[in-house]
Amino acid sequence: MAVDANTVRRVARLARIHEPDSRLESLAGELNTILGWIEMLNEVDVEGVEPMTSAVETTLPLRDDVVTDGGNSQKIVANAPRSADGFFVVPKVVE
Amino acid sequence: MTKLTELTLAAARDGLASKAFSAVELATEFNAAIEAANPRLNAYVVTTPEKALAMAAASDARLKDGSAGRLEGIPLGIKDLFCTEGVRATACSNILGEFKPTYESTVTSQLWRDGAVMLGKLNMDEFAMGSSNETSRFGPVVNPWKRQDGANASLTPGGSSGGSAAAVAADLCLGATATDTGGSIRQPASFTGTVGIKPTYGRASRFGIVAFASSLDQAGPIAKTVLDSAIMLESMCGHDPKDSTSLQIPVPDFAAAVARGVKGLKIGVPKEYRVDGMPEAIEKLWSDGIAWLKDAGAEIVDVSLPHTKYALPCYYIVAPAEASSNLARYDGMRFGARVEGETLTEVYEQSRAQGFGNEVKRRILIGTYVLSAGYYDAYYLRAQRVRTRIAEDFRLAWQKCDALLTPTAPSAAFGLGEKSDDPIQMYLNDVFTVTANLAGLPGISVPAALDSQGLPLGLQVIGRALDEETVFAVAGVLEAQSGFNAKAKSWW
Repeated sequence: MAVDANTVRRVARLARIHEPDSRLESLAGELNTILGWIEMLNEVDVEGVEPMTSAVETTLPLRDDVVTDGGNSQKIVANAPRSADGFFVVPKVVE
Repeated sequence: MTKLTELTLAAARDGLASKAFSAVELATEFNAAIEAANPRLNAYVVTTPEKALAMAAASDARLKDGSAGRLEGIPLGIKDLFCTEGVRATACSNILGEFKPTYESTVTSQLWRDGAVMLGKLNMDEFAMGSSNETSRFGPVVNPWKRQDGANASLTPGGSSGGSAAAVAADLCLGATATDTGGSIRQPASFTGTVGIKPTYGRASRFGIVAFASSLDQAGPIAKTVLDSAIMLESMCGHDPKDSTSLQIPVPDFAAAVARGVKGLKIGVPKEYRVDGMPEAIEKLWSDGIAWLKDAGAEIVDVSLPHTKYALPCYYIVAPAEASSNLARYDGMRFGARVEGETLTEVYEQSRAQGFGNEVKRRILIGTYVLSAGYYDAYYLRAQRVRTRIAEDFRLAWQKCDALLTPTAPSAAFGLGEKSDDPIQMYLNDVFTVTANLAGLPGISVPAALDSQGLPLGLQVIGRALDEETVFAVAGVLEAQSGFNAKAKSWW
Protein backbone atom coordinates (compact mmCIF):
# COMPACT_ATOMS: atom_id res chain seq x y z
CA MET A 1 0.00 0.00 0.00
CA ALA A 2 2.59 2.55 -1.11
CA VAL A 3 1.67 6.20 -0.77
CA ASP A 4 2.32 8.53 -3.73
CA ALA A 5 2.28 12.32 -4.08
CA ASN A 6 -1.40 12.32 -5.05
CA THR A 7 -2.34 10.37 -1.94
CA VAL A 8 -0.39 12.81 0.22
CA ARG A 9 -2.23 15.71 -1.43
CA ARG A 10 -5.58 14.03 -0.72
CA VAL A 11 -4.70 13.19 2.91
CA ALA A 12 -3.33 16.69 3.56
CA ARG A 13 -6.57 18.09 2.20
CA LEU A 14 -8.56 15.82 4.54
CA ALA A 15 -6.39 17.00 7.44
CA ARG A 16 -6.81 20.65 6.37
CA ILE A 17 -3.07 21.22 6.21
CA HIS A 18 -1.71 23.06 3.19
CA GLU A 19 1.30 21.23 1.76
CA PRO A 20 3.00 22.86 -1.24
CA ASP A 21 3.51 20.65 -4.33
CA SER A 22 7.25 20.80 -3.78
CA ARG A 23 6.85 18.93 -0.46
CA LEU A 24 4.56 16.11 -1.65
CA GLU A 25 7.25 13.75 -2.96
CA SER A 26 9.44 13.96 0.11
CA LEU A 27 6.43 13.58 2.40
CA ALA A 28 5.37 10.48 0.44
CA GLY A 29 8.84 9.06 1.05
CA GLU A 30 8.66 9.77 4.79
CA LEU A 31 5.19 8.28 5.13
CA ASN A 32 6.18 5.18 3.15
CA THR A 33 9.16 4.58 5.42
CA ILE A 34 6.94 4.74 8.50
CA LEU A 35 4.08 2.75 6.94
CA GLY A 36 6.57 0.13 5.70
CA TRP A 37 7.81 -0.32 9.25
CA ILE A 38 4.25 -0.57 10.54
CA GLU A 39 3.53 -3.40 8.05
CA MET A 40 5.23 -5.64 10.64
CA LEU A 41 1.85 -5.84 12.37
CA ASN A 42 0.60 -8.11 9.57
CA GLU A 43 2.67 -10.92 11.14
CA VAL A 44 0.47 -10.97 14.25
CA ASP A 45 -2.39 -13.45 14.39
CA VAL A 46 -5.38 -11.35 15.43
CA GLU A 47 -8.06 -13.82 14.36
CA GLY A 48 -10.94 -13.56 16.84
CA VAL A 49 -9.15 -10.93 18.96
CA GLU A 50 -11.33 -8.05 20.12
CA PRO A 51 -9.88 -4.59 19.43
CA MET A 52 -8.79 -2.83 22.60
CA THR A 53 -10.75 0.33 23.21
CA SER A 54 -9.72 1.25 26.73
CA ALA A 55 -6.73 0.51 28.89
CA VAL A 56 -8.58 -0.24 32.13
CA GLU A 57 -11.96 -1.94 31.90
CA THR A 58 -14.67 0.33 33.22
CA THR A 59 -18.11 1.36 32.17
CA LEU A 60 -18.42 4.90 30.96
CA PRO A 61 -20.14 6.86 33.72
CA LEU A 62 -23.23 8.97 33.09
CA ARG A 63 -23.78 12.24 34.87
CA ASP A 64 -27.08 13.90 35.71
CA ASP A 65 -28.45 15.78 32.72
CA VAL A 66 -28.41 19.19 34.37
CA VAL A 67 -26.69 22.50 33.67
CA THR A 68 -23.52 22.73 35.77
CA ASP A 69 -21.77 25.70 34.25
CA GLY A 70 -22.44 28.76 32.13
CA GLY A 71 -22.44 32.51 31.82
CA ASN A 72 -18.79 32.47 30.75
CA SER A 73 -18.99 33.90 27.26
CA GLN A 74 -16.29 36.51 27.91
CA LYS A 75 -13.93 33.82 29.22
CA ILE A 76 -14.72 31.59 26.26
CA VAL A 77 -13.88 34.21 23.64
CA ALA A 78 -10.95 35.62 25.63
CA ASN A 79 -8.40 33.83 23.43
CA ALA A 80 -10.19 34.21 20.09
CA PRO A 81 -8.12 35.62 17.21
CA ARG A 82 -11.16 37.85 16.51
CA SER A 83 -14.32 38.32 18.55
CA ALA A 84 -17.12 40.85 19.00
CA ASP A 85 -19.85 41.16 21.63
CA GLY A 86 -19.12 37.72 23.08
CA PHE A 87 -19.14 36.00 19.66
CA PHE A 88 -16.35 34.49 17.60
CA VAL A 89 -15.75 36.37 14.35
CA VAL A 90 -14.98 33.93 11.54
CA PRO A 91 -14.52 34.22 7.76
CA LYS A 92 -17.66 34.10 5.66
CA VAL A 93 -18.89 30.48 5.62
CA VAL A 94 -21.98 30.65 3.39
CA GLU A 95 -21.65 32.20 -0.07
CA MET B 1 25.58 24.18 54.09
CA THR B 2 23.40 22.68 51.39
CA LYS B 3 21.71 25.28 49.22
CA LEU B 4 17.94 25.26 49.62
CA THR B 5 17.54 24.45 45.92
CA GLU B 6 19.56 21.25 46.38
CA LEU B 7 17.17 19.80 48.96
CA THR B 8 14.84 16.94 48.13
CA LEU B 9 11.12 17.70 48.23
CA ALA B 10 10.76 15.62 51.42
CA ALA B 11 13.66 17.44 53.13
CA ALA B 12 12.31 20.85 52.11
CA ARG B 13 8.94 19.90 53.54
CA ASP B 14 10.61 19.03 56.85
CA GLY B 15 12.57 22.29 56.79
CA LEU B 16 9.41 24.31 56.21
CA ALA B 17 7.58 22.45 58.98
CA SER B 18 10.41 23.03 61.48
CA LYS B 19 10.68 26.72 60.43
CA ALA B 20 14.34 26.27 59.41
CA PHE B 21 13.41 28.52 56.46
CA SER B 22 10.26 30.07 55.06
CA ALA B 23 8.39 29.32 51.85
CA VAL B 24 9.21 32.83 50.62
CA GLU B 25 12.95 32.22 51.22
CA LEU B 26 12.69 28.94 49.34
CA ALA B 27 10.80 30.48 46.41
CA THR B 28 13.24 33.41 46.28
CA GLU B 29 16.20 31.04 45.91
CA PHE B 30 14.48 29.11 43.12
CA ASN B 31 13.52 32.31 41.29
CA ALA B 32 17.16 33.39 41.37
CA ALA B 33 18.46 29.97 40.27
CA ILE B 34 16.07 29.91 37.32
CA GLU B 35 16.95 33.43 36.24
CA ALA B 36 20.65 32.57 36.28
CA ALA B 37 20.46 29.15 34.60
CA ASN B 38 17.60 29.31 32.16
CA PRO B 39 19.38 31.22 29.35
CA ARG B 40 21.72 28.22 29.00
CA LEU B 41 19.37 25.31 29.80
CA ASN B 42 16.13 26.65 28.20
CA ALA B 43 14.07 24.50 30.58
CA TYR B 44 11.41 27.14 31.36
CA VAL B 45 9.36 28.78 28.60
CA VAL B 46 7.46 31.01 31.05
CA THR B 47 8.64 32.03 34.52
CA THR B 48 6.22 33.30 37.15
CA PRO B 49 8.48 34.68 39.90
CA GLU B 50 5.89 37.09 41.30
CA LYS B 51 3.21 34.45 41.39
CA ALA B 52 5.68 32.15 43.16
CA LEU B 53 6.36 34.75 45.85
CA ALA B 54 2.65 35.48 46.36
CA MET B 55 1.82 31.77 46.63
CA ALA B 56 4.78 31.26 49.00
CA ALA B 57 3.62 34.11 51.23
CA ALA B 58 0.19 32.48 51.45
CA SER B 59 1.91 29.18 52.28
CA ASP B 60 3.87 30.82 55.08
CA ALA B 61 0.61 32.10 56.54
CA ARG B 62 -0.89 28.60 56.44
CA LEU B 63 2.30 27.05 57.89
CA LYS B 64 1.98 29.52 60.73
CA ASP B 65 -1.68 28.96 61.53
CA GLY B 66 -1.47 25.17 61.27
CA SER B 67 -3.57 24.70 58.12
CA ALA B 68 -0.67 23.60 55.88
CA GLY B 69 -1.36 21.14 53.05
CA ARG B 70 0.91 18.23 52.24
CA LEU B 71 2.86 20.20 49.62
CA GLU B 72 2.73 23.51 51.48
CA GLY B 73 5.37 25.91 50.18
CA ILE B 74 6.94 23.41 47.76
CA PRO B 75 8.07 25.12 44.50
CA LEU B 76 7.18 23.14 41.38
CA GLY B 77 7.61 23.52 37.62
CA ILE B 78 4.65 22.76 35.34
CA LYS B 79 4.94 21.18 31.89
CA ASP B 80 3.58 23.56 29.24
CA LEU B 81 0.96 20.92 28.32
CA PHE B 82 -1.08 21.78 31.45
CA CYS B 83 -3.62 24.59 31.37
CA THR B 84 -2.78 27.12 34.08
CA GLU B 85 -5.28 29.92 34.64
CA GLY B 86 -3.92 33.25 33.44
CA VAL B 87 -0.47 31.83 32.60
CA ARG B 88 0.36 31.11 28.94
CA ALA B 89 0.02 27.46 27.88
CA THR B 90 1.04 26.55 24.32
CA ALA B 91 2.07 22.85 24.34
CA CYS B 92 5.19 24.49 22.85
CA SER B 93 3.36 24.83 19.51
CA ASN B 94 3.03 27.97 17.42
CA ILE B 95 -0.59 27.14 16.70
CA LEU B 96 -1.58 28.02 20.27
CA GLY B 97 -0.12 31.51 19.83
CA GLU B 98 -0.22 33.35 23.17
CA PHE B 99 -3.08 31.20 24.56
CA LYS B 100 -3.81 32.05 28.19
CA PRO B 101 -6.18 29.49 29.69
CA THR B 102 -9.15 30.86 31.62
CA TYR B 103 -9.30 27.69 33.71
CA GLU B 104 -6.94 25.36 35.57
CA SER B 105 -6.18 21.70 34.83
CA THR B 106 -7.41 19.30 37.52
CA VAL B 107 -3.91 17.97 38.25
CA THR B 108 -2.39 21.42 38.81
CA SER B 109 -5.43 22.60 40.78
CA GLN B 110 -4.86 19.66 43.16
CA LEU B 111 -1.20 20.63 43.60
CA TRP B 112 -2.22 24.22 44.46
CA ARG B 113 -4.97 22.87 46.75
CA ASP B 114 -2.22 21.07 48.67
CA GLY B 115 -0.13 24.22 48.98
CA ALA B 116 2.44 23.89 46.16
CA VAL B 117 4.03 27.01 44.65
CA MET B 118 4.28 27.59 40.88
CA LEU B 119 7.64 28.63 39.43
CA GLY B 120 6.72 28.60 35.74
CA LYS B 121 5.99 26.52 32.63
CA LEU B 122 8.41 23.93 31.33
CA ASN B 123 9.64 23.30 27.79
CA MET B 124 8.63 20.14 25.93
CA ASP B 125 8.33 18.65 22.45
CA GLU B 126 5.50 20.24 20.48
CA PHE B 127 2.21 18.60 21.61
CA ALA B 128 4.40 16.04 23.44
CA MET B 129 5.42 14.52 20.09
CA GLY B 130 9.11 13.79 20.30
CA SER B 131 11.84 12.10 22.34
CA SER B 132 14.50 14.83 22.36
CA ASN B 133 12.74 18.16 22.97
CA GLU B 134 13.86 19.29 19.52
CA THR B 135 10.33 19.83 18.17
CA SER B 136 9.54 22.64 20.65
CA ARG B 137 8.69 26.02 19.16
CA PHE B 138 11.03 27.52 21.78
CA GLY B 139 14.04 25.42 20.79
CA PRO B 140 15.46 22.41 22.63
CA VAL B 141 16.24 22.11 26.32
CA VAL B 142 19.91 21.34 26.99
CA ASN B 143 20.60 18.41 29.31
CA PRO B 144 22.48 19.50 32.46
CA TRP B 145 24.61 16.34 32.06
CA LYS B 146 27.67 16.32 29.75
CA ARG B 147 29.76 13.46 28.39
CA GLN B 148 33.19 13.14 29.99
CA ASP B 149 34.99 13.04 26.62
CA GLY B 150 35.82 16.74 26.84
CA ALA B 151 34.03 17.57 23.58
CA ASN B 152 31.39 19.57 25.49
CA ALA B 153 28.58 18.48 23.14
CA SER B 154 25.08 19.63 24.10
CA LEU B 155 22.95 16.58 24.89
CA THR B 156 19.19 16.15 24.80
CA PRO B 157 17.37 15.78 28.12
CA GLY B 158 15.00 13.41 26.30
CA GLY B 159 11.37 14.09 25.56
CA SER B 160 8.75 14.97 25.51
CA SER B 161 9.00 16.11 29.16
CA GLY B 162 12.58 17.35 28.65
CA GLY B 163 12.06 20.68 30.41
CA SER B 164 10.58 18.91 33.45
CA ALA B 165 13.50 16.46 33.67
CA ALA B 166 16.20 19.08 33.11
CA ALA B 167 14.67 21.51 35.63
CA VAL B 168 14.62 18.80 38.33
CA ALA B 169 18.16 17.63 37.49
CA ALA B 170 19.53 21.18 37.60
CA ASP B 171 17.78 22.07 40.89
CA LEU B 172 15.47 24.58 39.21
CA CYS B 173 12.44 23.16 41.05
CA LEU B 174 11.80 20.51 43.72
CA GLY B 175 9.61 18.50 41.36
CA ALA B 176 7.79 18.92 38.07
CA THR B 177 4.61 17.78 36.44
CA ALA B 178 5.04 15.77 33.26
CA THR B 179 2.96 13.58 30.95
CA ASP B 180 3.64 10.23 29.33
CA THR B 181 2.00 8.94 26.14
CA GLY B 182 4.73 6.53 24.99
CA GLY B 183 7.57 7.16 27.44
CA SER B 184 7.61 10.95 27.81
CA ILE B 185 8.08 10.86 31.60
CA ARG B 186 10.34 7.83 31.93
CA GLN B 187 12.83 8.34 29.06
CA PRO B 188 13.69 11.96 30.09
CA ALA B 189 13.99 10.80 33.72
CA SER B 190 16.46 8.13 32.58
CA PHE B 191 18.45 10.70 30.52
CA THR B 192 18.79 13.15 33.43
CA GLY B 193 19.32 10.99 36.53
CA THR B 194 15.84 11.77 37.91
CA VAL B 195 12.84 9.66 38.96
CA GLY B 196 9.68 9.69 36.84
CA ILE B 197 6.48 7.68 37.21
CA LYS B 198 3.53 7.23 34.90
CA PRO B 199 0.60 5.92 36.95
CA THR B 200 -2.10 3.51 35.79
CA TYR B 201 -4.26 4.97 33.02
CA GLY B 202 -7.19 6.70 34.73
CA ARG B 203 -5.43 7.50 38.02
CA ALA B 204 -4.78 11.15 37.13
CA SER B 205 -7.37 13.34 35.47
CA ARG B 206 -6.68 14.46 31.90
CA PHE B 207 -8.96 17.50 32.27
CA GLY B 208 -7.09 20.64 31.26
CA ILE B 209 -4.11 18.80 29.80
CA VAL B 210 -3.69 19.47 26.08
CA ALA B 211 -4.70 16.17 24.46
CA PHE B 212 -2.29 14.17 22.28
CA ALA B 213 -3.53 10.54 22.24
CA SER B 214 -6.38 10.27 24.71
CA SER B 215 -6.29 6.52 25.33
CA LEU B 216 -2.57 6.69 26.19
CA ASP B 217 -1.95 10.11 27.80
CA GLN B 218 -1.34 10.09 31.53
CA ALA B 219 0.14 12.69 33.87
CA GLY B 220 2.79 11.97 36.48
CA PRO B 221 5.67 13.64 38.32
CA ILE B 222 9.41 13.90 37.69
CA ALA B 223 11.31 14.33 40.96
CA LYS B 224 14.69 13.87 42.61
CA THR B 225 13.90 10.71 44.61
CA VAL B 226 11.41 7.86 44.63
CA LEU B 227 9.84 9.22 47.84
CA ASP B 228 9.49 12.71 46.32
CA SER B 229 7.76 11.24 43.27
CA ALA B 230 5.38 9.29 45.52
CA ILE B 231 4.49 12.40 47.53
CA MET B 232 3.76 14.36 44.34
CA LEU B 233 1.84 11.57 42.63
CA GLU B 234 -0.51 11.23 45.59
CA SER B 235 -1.47 14.86 45.17
CA MET B 236 -1.88 14.58 41.39
CA CYS B 237 -4.18 11.53 41.40
CA GLY B 238 -7.83 11.08 42.30
CA HIS B 239 -11.23 10.83 40.69
CA ASP B 240 -12.43 13.76 38.58
CA PRO B 241 -15.93 13.86 37.11
CA LYS B 242 -14.59 16.14 34.34
CA ASP B 243 -12.63 13.22 32.82
CA SER B 244 -14.86 10.28 31.90
CA THR B 245 -11.88 7.89 31.98
CA SER B 246 -10.87 8.97 35.49
CA LEU B 247 -11.21 5.99 37.86
CA GLN B 248 -13.45 6.13 40.93
CA ILE B 249 -10.88 4.47 43.14
CA PRO B 250 -9.28 5.90 46.30
CA VAL B 251 -5.62 6.98 46.07
CA PRO B 252 -3.42 4.83 48.35
CA ASP B 253 -0.63 6.15 50.58
CA PHE B 254 2.10 5.93 47.89
CA ALA B 255 4.78 7.44 50.14
CA ALA B 256 4.31 4.68 52.71
CA ALA B 257 4.90 2.04 50.02
CA VAL B 258 8.40 3.30 49.15
CA ALA B 259 10.03 1.71 52.22
CA ARG B 260 7.96 -1.48 52.11
CA GLY B 261 10.76 -3.66 50.69
CA VAL B 262 10.57 -6.52 48.20
CA LYS B 263 10.84 -9.56 50.47
CA GLY B 264 8.73 -12.34 49.00
CA LEU B 265 7.92 -10.44 45.80
CA LYS B 266 8.39 -12.13 42.45
CA ILE B 267 10.13 -9.90 39.90
CA GLY B 268 9.80 -10.83 36.25
CA VAL B 269 12.61 -10.27 33.75
CA PRO B 270 11.19 -10.23 30.21
CA LYS B 271 13.58 -11.77 27.71
CA GLU B 272 12.18 -9.77 24.79
CA TYR B 273 13.62 -6.56 26.29
CA ARG B 274 17.15 -7.76 25.53
CA VAL B 275 17.55 -6.03 22.16
CA ASP B 276 20.36 -6.16 19.60
CA GLY B 277 23.00 -3.52 19.97
CA MET B 278 22.08 -2.63 23.53
CA PRO B 279 25.06 -0.85 25.15
CA GLU B 280 27.07 -2.97 27.56
CA ALA B 281 26.52 -0.49 30.40
CA ILE B 282 22.76 -1.01 30.14
CA GLU B 283 23.14 -4.82 30.07
CA LYS B 284 25.29 -4.56 33.19
CA LEU B 285 22.90 -2.21 34.97
CA TRP B 286 20.03 -4.59 34.29
CA SER B 287 21.99 -7.54 35.81
CA ASP B 288 22.96 -5.37 38.77
CA GLY B 289 19.31 -4.45 39.28
CA ILE B 290 18.37 -8.14 39.31
CA ALA B 291 21.10 -8.84 41.88
CA TRP B 292 20.02 -5.93 44.10
CA LEU B 293 16.44 -7.14 44.20
CA LYS B 294 17.54 -10.71 44.90
CA ASP B 295 19.72 -9.46 47.79
CA ALA B 296 16.72 -7.64 49.20
CA GLY B 297 14.71 -10.86 49.28
CA ALA B 298 12.86 -10.89 45.95
CA GLU B 299 12.57 -13.94 43.76
CA ILE B 300 13.57 -13.42 40.11
CA VAL B 301 11.56 -15.19 37.42
CA ASP B 302 12.02 -15.28 33.65
CA VAL B 303 8.94 -14.17 31.77
CA SER B 304 8.04 -13.75 28.13
CA LEU B 305 6.12 -10.88 26.55
CA PRO B 306 6.09 -12.20 22.99
CA HIS B 307 4.36 -9.24 21.33
CA THR B 308 6.84 -6.65 22.59
CA LYS B 309 8.36 -5.95 19.18
CA TYR B 310 4.95 -5.00 17.78
CA ALA B 311 4.32 -2.37 20.46
CA LEU B 312 6.05 0.55 18.73
CA PRO B 313 4.49 0.01 15.28
CA CYS B 314 1.13 -0.45 17.02
CA TYR B 315 1.69 2.81 18.90
CA TYR B 316 2.55 4.62 15.66
CA ILE B 317 -0.92 3.83 14.35
CA VAL B 318 -2.97 4.35 17.51
CA ALA B 319 -1.27 7.54 18.71
CA PRO B 320 -1.26 9.44 15.37
CA ALA B 321 -4.86 8.35 14.72
CA GLU B 322 -6.00 9.78 18.05
CA ALA B 323 -3.78 12.84 17.57
CA SER B 324 -5.17 13.62 14.11
CA SER B 325 -8.62 13.61 15.66
CA ASN B 326 -7.67 15.59 18.81
CA LEU B 327 -5.70 18.20 16.88
CA ALA B 328 -8.61 18.90 14.52
CA ARG B 329 -9.71 21.53 17.06
CA TYR B 330 -6.81 23.82 16.08
CA ASP B 331 -8.43 25.61 13.18
CA GLY B 332 -7.61 29.24 13.91
CA MET B 333 -11.19 30.13 14.83
CA ARG B 334 -11.64 30.08 18.61
CA PHE B 335 -8.14 30.35 20.08
CA GLY B 336 -4.52 30.39 19.04
CA ALA B 337 -3.03 31.74 15.85
CA ARG B 338 -5.06 32.42 12.68
CA VAL B 339 -3.61 32.98 9.22
CA GLU B 340 -6.09 34.97 7.13
CA GLY B 341 -7.02 33.79 3.62
CA GLU B 342 -9.54 34.15 0.79
CA THR B 343 -11.81 31.27 1.78
CA LEU B 344 -12.64 29.48 5.01
CA THR B 345 -10.79 26.35 3.83
CA GLU B 346 -7.75 28.44 3.02
CA VAL B 347 -7.79 29.93 6.53
CA TYR B 348 -7.92 26.43 8.03
CA GLU B 349 -5.21 25.04 5.75
CA GLN B 350 -2.82 27.97 6.15
CA SER B 351 -3.36 28.33 9.90
CA ARG B 352 -2.57 24.66 10.38
CA ALA B 353 0.31 24.60 7.86
CA GLN B 354 2.04 27.50 9.58
CA GLY B 355 1.01 26.67 13.14
CA PHE B 356 2.11 23.04 13.34
CA GLY B 357 5.75 21.91 13.15
CA ASN B 358 6.97 19.16 10.82
CA GLU B 359 6.79 16.23 13.25
CA VAL B 360 3.26 17.14 14.30
CA LYS B 361 2.17 17.47 10.66
CA ARG B 362 3.77 14.12 9.82
CA ARG B 363 1.81 12.44 12.61
CA ILE B 364 -1.46 14.13 11.67
CA LEU B 365 -1.00 12.94 8.07
CA ILE B 366 -0.29 9.36 9.20
CA GLY B 367 -3.27 9.44 11.54
CA THR B 368 -5.56 10.83 8.86
CA TYR B 369 -4.32 8.20 6.40
CA VAL B 370 -4.82 5.20 8.70
CA LEU B 371 -8.31 6.38 9.62
CA SER B 372 -9.35 7.19 6.03
CA ALA B 373 -11.94 5.18 4.12
CA GLY B 374 -10.54 1.86 2.89
CA TYR B 375 -7.60 1.77 5.30
CA TYR B 376 -9.34 1.86 8.67
CA ASP B 377 -9.61 -1.94 9.01
CA ALA B 378 -6.16 -2.72 7.66
CA TYR B 379 -4.35 -0.27 9.92
CA TYR B 380 -6.34 1.12 12.83
CA LEU B 381 -8.53 -1.87 13.64
CA ARG B 382 -5.61 -4.27 13.28
CA ALA B 383 -3.47 -2.10 15.56
CA GLN B 384 -6.19 -2.08 18.23
CA ARG B 385 -6.30 -5.89 18.03
CA VAL B 386 -2.52 -6.12 18.37
CA ARG B 387 -2.89 -3.83 21.38
CA THR B 388 -5.18 -6.42 22.97
CA ARG B 389 -2.45 -9.03 22.37
CA ILE B 390 0.14 -6.80 24.07
CA ALA B 391 -2.12 -6.29 27.09
CA GLU B 392 -2.70 -10.08 27.23
CA ASP B 393 1.07 -10.66 27.38
CA PHE B 394 1.14 -8.67 30.60
CA ARG B 395 -1.91 -10.40 32.03
CA LEU B 396 -0.17 -13.75 31.54
CA ALA B 397 3.06 -12.41 33.06
CA TRP B 398 1.18 -11.34 36.22
CA GLN B 399 0.37 -15.02 36.85
CA LYS B 400 4.11 -15.54 37.41
CA CYS B 401 5.32 -12.26 38.94
CA ASP B 402 4.32 -9.09 40.81
CA ALA B 403 6.36 -6.54 38.85
CA LEU B 404 8.72 -6.39 35.87
CA LEU B 405 12.27 -5.04 35.79
CA THR B 406 13.65 -3.65 32.51
CA PRO B 407 15.98 -0.90 31.32
CA THR B 408 14.12 2.40 30.77
CA ALA B 409 15.69 3.40 27.46
CA PRO B 410 17.98 1.69 24.93
CA SER B 411 20.72 4.34 25.32
CA ALA B 412 21.99 7.17 27.49
CA ALA B 413 21.26 10.78 26.47
CA PHE B 414 22.38 11.47 22.88
CA GLY B 415 23.55 14.69 21.27
CA LEU B 416 21.10 17.33 20.06
CA GLY B 417 20.73 16.87 16.31
CA GLU B 418 22.08 13.30 16.30
CA LYS B 419 18.77 11.58 15.53
CA SER B 420 16.57 14.37 14.22
CA ASP B 421 16.80 13.28 10.56
CA ASP B 422 15.46 9.78 11.06
CA PRO B 423 11.99 9.51 12.61
CA ILE B 424 12.13 5.75 13.19
CA GLN B 425 15.49 5.96 15.02
CA MET B 426 13.90 8.63 17.19
CA TYR B 427 10.77 6.52 17.78
CA LEU B 428 12.94 3.59 18.98
CA ASN B 429 13.78 5.57 22.13
CA ASP B 430 10.43 4.44 23.49
CA VAL B 431 10.90 0.73 22.77
CA PHE B 432 10.88 -0.28 26.48
CA THR B 433 8.36 2.26 27.73
CA VAL B 434 5.56 2.24 25.16
CA THR B 435 4.20 -1.17 26.16
CA ALA B 436 3.05 0.18 29.55
CA ASN B 437 1.08 2.93 27.80
CA LEU B 438 -0.61 0.52 25.42
CA ALA B 439 -1.59 -1.76 28.32
CA GLY B 440 -2.41 1.17 30.67
CA LEU B 441 0.03 -0.01 33.36
CA PRO B 442 2.08 1.99 35.88
CA GLY B 443 5.80 2.36 35.14
CA ILE B 444 8.64 4.17 36.92
CA SER B 445 12.19 5.04 35.93
CA VAL B 446 14.81 5.08 38.69
CA PRO B 447 18.38 6.35 38.07
CA ALA B 448 20.77 3.60 39.09
CA ALA B 449 24.16 3.95 37.36
CA LEU B 450 26.44 6.09 35.20
CA ASP B 451 27.79 4.83 31.88
CA SER B 452 31.45 5.09 30.78
CA GLN B 453 30.83 8.70 29.69
CA GLY B 454 29.47 9.57 33.13
CA LEU B 455 25.86 9.80 31.89
CA PRO B 456 22.97 8.51 34.00
CA LEU B 457 21.00 5.38 33.12
CA GLY B 458 17.62 4.35 34.47
CA LEU B 459 15.93 1.09 35.36
CA GLN B 460 12.21 0.70 34.76
CA VAL B 461 9.72 -1.09 36.99
CA ILE B 462 6.31 -1.93 35.50
CA GLY B 463 3.47 -3.07 37.75
CA ARG B 464 -0.06 -4.42 37.60
CA ALA B 465 -2.85 -1.97 36.88
CA LEU B 466 -3.55 0.09 40.03
CA ASP B 467 -0.59 -1.43 41.86
CA GLU B 468 1.66 1.63 42.01
CA GLU B 469 2.47 0.64 45.59
CA THR B 470 4.47 -2.42 44.49
CA VAL B 471 6.12 -0.29 41.80
CA PHE B 472 7.21 2.20 44.47
CA ALA B 473 8.38 -0.60 46.79
CA VAL B 474 10.62 -2.09 44.07
CA ALA B 475 11.83 1.37 43.01
CA GLY B 476 12.67 2.20 46.63
CA VAL B 477 14.89 -0.88 46.88
CA LEU B 478 16.62 -0.12 43.56
CA GLU B 479 17.32 3.43 44.71
CA ALA B 480 18.70 2.30 48.08
CA GLN B 481 20.75 -0.64 46.77
CA SER B 482 22.27 1.23 43.83
CA GLY B 483 23.34 4.05 46.14
CA PHE B 484 22.94 6.36 43.13
CA ASN B 485 23.42 9.97 44.20
CA ALA B 486 25.32 11.50 41.28
CA LYS B 487 24.41 15.01 40.15
CA ALA B 488 25.27 16.88 36.97
CA LYS B 489 28.23 19.21 37.54
CA SER B 490 27.04 22.76 37.17
CA TRP B 491 28.25 24.57 34.00
CA TRP B 492 25.14 26.65 33.74
